[in-house]
Amino acid sequence: MNNHTPVVVIVEDEKQIRRFVRAALEEEGLQVYEAETARQGLVEAGTRQPDIIILDLGLPDLDGVEFIRDLRNWSAIPVIVLSARSDEANKIAALDAGADDFLSKPFGVGELLARVRVALRRRDRTAGEAAAAIEFCGVHVDLVNRTVKRDQQPIHLTPIEYRLLALLVRNPGKVLTHRQILREVWGPSHVEHAHYLRIYMGQLRHKLEENAAQPKCLLTEAGVGYRLVIDE
Amino acid sequence: MNDQRPDPDELLERVQRDEEKARRGKLKVFFGASAGVGKTFTMLSAAQQLRSQHLDVLVGIVETHGRTETMALLEGMEVLPLKEIEYRGKTLREFDLDAALQRRPLLILVDELAHTNAQGSRHPKRWQDVEELLAAGMDVYTTLNVQHLESLNDVIGAITGIRVRETVPDKVFDQADEVVLVDITPDELLQRLHDGKVYIPQQAQEAIRNFFRKGNLIALRELSLRRTADRVDDQMRTYRQERSIDKVWQTKENLLVCVGPQPGSEKVIRRASRLAAELDVEWHAVYVETPRLQRLSSSERERILRTLKLAHELGAQTATLAGQDEAETVVEYAYSRNLSKLIVGRDYKGWRPWRRSFTDRIGRLSSDLDIIQVVREISDNPAQSARARLADRSERVKPAWQPYAWAVAACAAATVLGTGMQPYFELANIVMIFLLAVVLIGVKFDRGPSVLAAFLSVILFDFFLVPPRLSFAVSDAQYLVTFAVMLAVALVIGQLTANLRYQAQIASHREARLRALYEMARDLSGVLLPDQIIDISHKFIESTFGVQIAILLADEHDKLQSAARDAHPVPAIDISIAQWSFDHNEAAGFGTDTLPGSPILYLPLRAPMRMRGVLAIESAHPRWLLIPEQRRQMDGFAALIATALERVHYIEVAQDAVVRMESERLRNSVLSALSHDLRTPLTALVGLTDTLVRIPPGLDAAQLNLAEAIRDQAFRMSALVNNLLDMARLQAGNVKLNLQWQPLEEVVGSAQQSREQQLKEHQVQATLPADFPLLEFDAVLIERVLCNLLENAAKYTPPGSTIRIAAAICNGEAQISVTDNGPGLPHGSEETIFEKFTRGEKESAKPGVGLGLAICRAIVEAHKGRIWAENVPTGGARFIFTLPLGTPPSMPDLQDEQALHGMEPGVT
Repeated sequence: MNNHTPVVVIVEDEKQIRRFVRAALEEEGLQVYEAETARQGLVEAGTRQPDIIILDLGLPDLDGVEFIRDLRNWSAIPVIVLSARSDEANKIAALDAGADDFLSKPFGVGELLARVRVALRRRDRTAGEAAAAIEFCGVHVDLVNRTVKRDQQPIHLTPIEYRLLALLVRNPGKVLTHRQILREVWGPSHVEHAHYLRIYMGQLRHKLEENAAQPKCLLTEAGVGYRLVIDE
Repeated sequence: MNDQRPDPDELLERVQRDEEKARRGKLKVFFGASAGVGKTFTMLSAAQQLRSQHLDVLVGIVETHGRTETMALLEGMEVLPLKEIEYRGKTLREFDLDAALQRRPLLILVDELAHTNAQGSRHPKRWQDVEELLAAGMDVYTTLNVQHLESLNDVIGAITGIRVRETVPDKVFDQADEVVLVDITPDELLQRLHDGKVYIPQQAQEAIRNFFRKGNLIALRELSLRRTADRVDDQMRTYRQERSIDKVWQTKENLLVCVGPQPGSEKVIRRASRLAAELDVEWHAVYVETPRLQRLSSSERERILRTLKLAHELGAQTATLAGQDEAETVVEYAYSRNLSKLIVGRDYKGWRPWRRSFTDRIGRLSSDLDIIQVVREISDNPAQSARARLADRSERVKPAWQPYAWAVAACAAATVLGTGMQPYFELANIVMIFLLAVVLIGVKFDRGPSVLAAFLSVILFDFFLVPPRLSFAVSDAQYLVTFAVMLAVALVIGQLTANLRYQAQIASHREARLRALYEMARDLSGVLLPDQIIDISHKFIESTFGVQIAILLADEHDKLQSAARDAHPVPAIDISIAQWSFDHNEAAGFGTDTLPGSPILYLPLRAPMRMRGVLAIESAHPRWLLIPEQRRQMDGFAALIATALERVHYIEVAQDAVVRMESERLRNSVLSALSHDLRTPLTALVGLTDTLVRIPPGLDAAQLNLAEAIRDQAFRMSALVNNLLDMARLQAGNVKLNLQWQPLEEVVGSAQQSREQQLKEHQVQATLPADFPLLEFDAVLIERVLCNLLENAAKYTPPGSTIRIAAAICNGEAQISVTDNGPGLPHGSEETIFEKFTRGEKESAKPGVGLGLAICRAIVEAHKGRIWAENVPTGGARFIFTLPLGTPPSMPDLQDEQALHGMEPGVT
């Protein structure tokens, strides 16, 4: 395990929001650096070597999406974006550019901390070896042996269903946009066929969830993409 | 290779012709040599046959003349009641065009195509009624006798000695879709006449008996046979052209007819029309107005206009040209229009044998024009023309006396001056003073005063100056030469100056009109409002032509509106005629084929995109409106006005679009600013309250409660802001739906997930059929509908209640329902709850502003679905919304993939 205190850079122009985010994260035991503008945020990200960046999408000097593209040129630091609700296009752009997760305003501190923890765990995991096996909603996925089981009973998946599940399992807690999944599973020429993905996702739910209309783990972020929630 | 293909222009023309034909009704003409051959009978038999096939046939008008056999054929047919028209105390019964247009049968029978309608009908001729029926898409059966064909009218008149006044233009006959020749031999016809089977009106018995002579009947039969044969020939030619059988394309040798002022030109026109039809070429008819001809009496001018109108009706392009010399102008026109054959009426040697005939002059001017001479008709009744001349004379403007007084005064002055000069100058020089006086009078006034001055000068010169003085006697015979030369010079100069002045006048008139046209175009190009266009049109047209006009603009439903703001005196407009003109895109009223009884001329304002309105013109001298070139000028003005109106219309459209875009942009920026500015403090509020709770040492129970409350209120505030902003976006009416094909369960799942907090005290059961098809919708918006419905259900049911989400296919659409088992909806509120700011319970303590359901309705309706609420009999409320099913896109082939999977080891 990593022993050093995790470092967070928060890029947000609103002082009151910075203030409570800082208070919450410091209380959680993280070290927090603040940046008021995107440019300053990039400087902080470069110099402080943060473990997570929390980024407001509505910054005055630079578009948040631009910030992420810039950052992704030289770093894979997890980014959680803060955005207004009803702004799906912007969210998708940020996620496609490389953001890991998003939080719609207004959000509670509990929600924020949960997302930060997930991001930190994922960072730890990618830092070590990729998880060979994972468990969620009573389903056990073994990526090495390529088996999917519930209660020791193997579950029958088609190759595409498996590739889709494997992608989600490799990115637990992360929001994957339709575009990203289509590119990974079907290839770059299929990024427009979102209904393929939706159909396979439905099948996967029917096979893995107790009630496909009330999923617990294979969650839909309406209009944006999907997220696999892992209960640990 | 290419040569065998038809010319593209020709093809295009044919396509257009076919299209036009497809929209029009079909005309079938039952054609006969004379009355009594059984046209009406044949027509009715044909109609009966169609009726027995259950075709919608209507008898518009049929003259049975009391014949029982014909009457019998009317049995079972629907007959249109005739319209009664009061005319000079008599009641005339006419075909009711409007009733026929309203009834709109598939086929309508209209007997006697050549019939002239009673005055006060919409069209003067029945064939024009038929044209309108065809244009409205109805098929028409009609009957026609050969002697009523315009181009054969004079030929038949010459053969039979009876001239019929009712004629039908040949183009109507030629453009008929089918012609059925009803033919019996002359002997049979005479037998029928003898048996009394042919209707003969009482008053004309004698004349008609003369008409029905065997010789006449043979000639008529031959003519009708030949005319029908010509038509068949024409059809054959069209057929060959369409099938490209003929490789040689005719080079068109178009005809030009010169209309002269002489009587009898109608015959020339008819002959030309027949020739043009035989050659299948276009033809033009022109009249050259020289200064000499401009002085013709009004009745003569009217006759020329009538001749031109006849030519127009027979299908010619007509023009009135202005020029010094008829021959020169005609040749110029012929060259400019590429017309190679000239048709002129033969001149009779007049009383001036030295004058070259018109034909000679044309021949001298150009060697490559074919000239065809046609004998004019000299049928004009001499008594009648004498009467006309008399009428003209009385009509002629009374000459003003002042110019003559001036002439006398000028001669008197010359005499006084001459007398004063006599002691010092030769008489030969003094003559010059008199000549000067004549020239001045000629320049200043018309021909009359200058002639008077010429004679007066000679008399005065002789009386006062030539010795012996104060006597008309002449001492020296050589003075007679002086007199003669002086008179001749004075007359010639007077004539020349008068001519010159006349031409200058005409030129300046013409220039004034052109200037008016130009100035109006210039003024119209700058206007921005339709009212300005109306004002400018009034100003220019009324001042230029001395007429009264009114402009009627069409509203968006193509109904004409009188410009009520119009401050100008408006002619007494008949709005129904104007509307007719607008609807049919044709001129109507005075001088046209439609309702010529009206004193006002209505010109449609046709712009490139659509009709814009109607220009109504009333002139104090109605004849003025008949002159083709004036009409053309008015048409020019109308086109200018229409274009200006259209331009202004598009300016308005463009401005509207800019304003809409601007307000859209403004609304969006206000909304996103609002959304940001309202959310930021709410986020801080929520976050800071949370922090307050979490920071050690923590709060006591009461404080914790308060902090919870603050947090809840902040979230409620946020939900409120979201609703308001959503409603504002949806209200703007231009929500762009991000439509995607997707399974419904996705949004059902995500909606529950996002309302987890609100639903934690309720049981939610979602049961969707496993094979539910993909639907096309905007996931975010439909999720919002479900969220609102779930929230609503949670709000209005006690904790522990069950909320069920279900979906089904019903009547070709997907029905999604959210049902609770709570108290249900208050009776009668099932509809009102979807209105803005309405809630189930009045003044309820439950949170929410009642926008939720209004938003749901807006979203569902944007998806072309419906939403409604009902109470469940077993208790509880149910909200149902529908989404259209559509055809989902092709699916990835699941079967193939399953098969493939079997071959891949390791995945189980």
